[in-house]
Amino acid sequence: MSVPKDRWLGRDAGPVVRPYAMTMGRTVPASGSYAGLTDVVTAAADWGNPADARLSRMHRRILSHCHQPTTVVDLASDLDLPVGVVRVLLGDLSQYGALRVATPPGGHVTDERLLRNVLDALQAL
Amino acid sequence: MHYRHSDTVEAKVVPATAKILIAGGFGAGKTTMVGAISEIRPLRTEETLSDRGIGVDDVSGVDRKTTTTVAMDFGRITFRTDLTLYLFGTPGQERFWFMWDDLTVGAVGAVVLADTRRLADCFAAVDYFEHRATPFLVAVNCFDGASRYQPDDVRIALDLAPDTPVVLFDARQRESVKKVLVALVRHAITKISADPAYQGGPLRS
Repeated sequence: MSVPKDRWLGRDAGPVVRPYAMTMGRTVPASGSYAGLTDVVTAAADWGNPADARLSRMHRRILSHCHQPTTVVDLASDLDLPVGVVRVLLGDLSQYGALRVATPPGGHVTDERLLRNVLDALQAL
Repeated sequence: MHYRHSDTVEAKVVPATAKILIAGGFGAGKTTMVGAISEIRPLRTEETLSDRGIGVDDVSGVDRKTTTTVAMDFGRITFRTDLTLYLFGTPGQERFWFMWDDLTVGAVGAVVLADTRRLADCFAAVDYFEHRATPFLVAVNCFDGASRYQPDDVRIALDLAPDTPVVLFDARQRESVKKVLVALVRHAITKISADPAYQGGPLRS
């Protein structure tokens, strides 16, 4: 029997697990609010991992990536996970107190100092 | 489960992040522009299928399917350890508008790329950012061979407000892209300075 040449094997065949299986089907974080795409996530240094915190393998992977502050989009890109999945899992970790999400105020950037810093940095490129 | 905490003890500076949206029609040069000035990173988003996808996404036989995977890129410019700028090319098709809302929250502003051969492709983006009171400018990508128009011609064709900047640039040239981003940030600062109570668009719901 011949094997078709265009047969997808290994990673080419796509994920074995559907993305939202990792969140047990949840598409909205437990808190009901989403972390922004460029919010900064940092693991809590003093978190003791209490027994009632039930972490999956993916929760632990995310946590191990957050020892240095990182953004939601960088996490999703580094771990090759859809942003929506990362947000749900971050919501769990945040509720457990395992990490902190620094959310800038909503709306457009109104912090003139930040804008001037960005302007100076761009001009110096 | 045991965790090492030794590497998390030292005080960390939470870096400031800013984001700029790059909008425009298909083939207007969004990815070229982002790639000319920043490190490109792939991103997967698993998004809710909106009714805009009906008739476009073939969901026959999988009528319980309510999400779809959208692949996109983003650019990252790390200026310093405490300041990073993100550039998001927004998918141009109207059916991705639900993603625009997400991307616009907290953004410095937007660059709307205009291709003078297909100027109508950027009408939707101009409308969107005007409606949201998001600071934006129109950057005309001067492709080889594309007829050059004066910025004022483009302003009239797009019916832009007098204070909306229109700039000509080349999406492939780093210095040219840099000038566009500088012009956008200046414009955003002007908007804020002109109106100290300026609060931008709606807050995250």
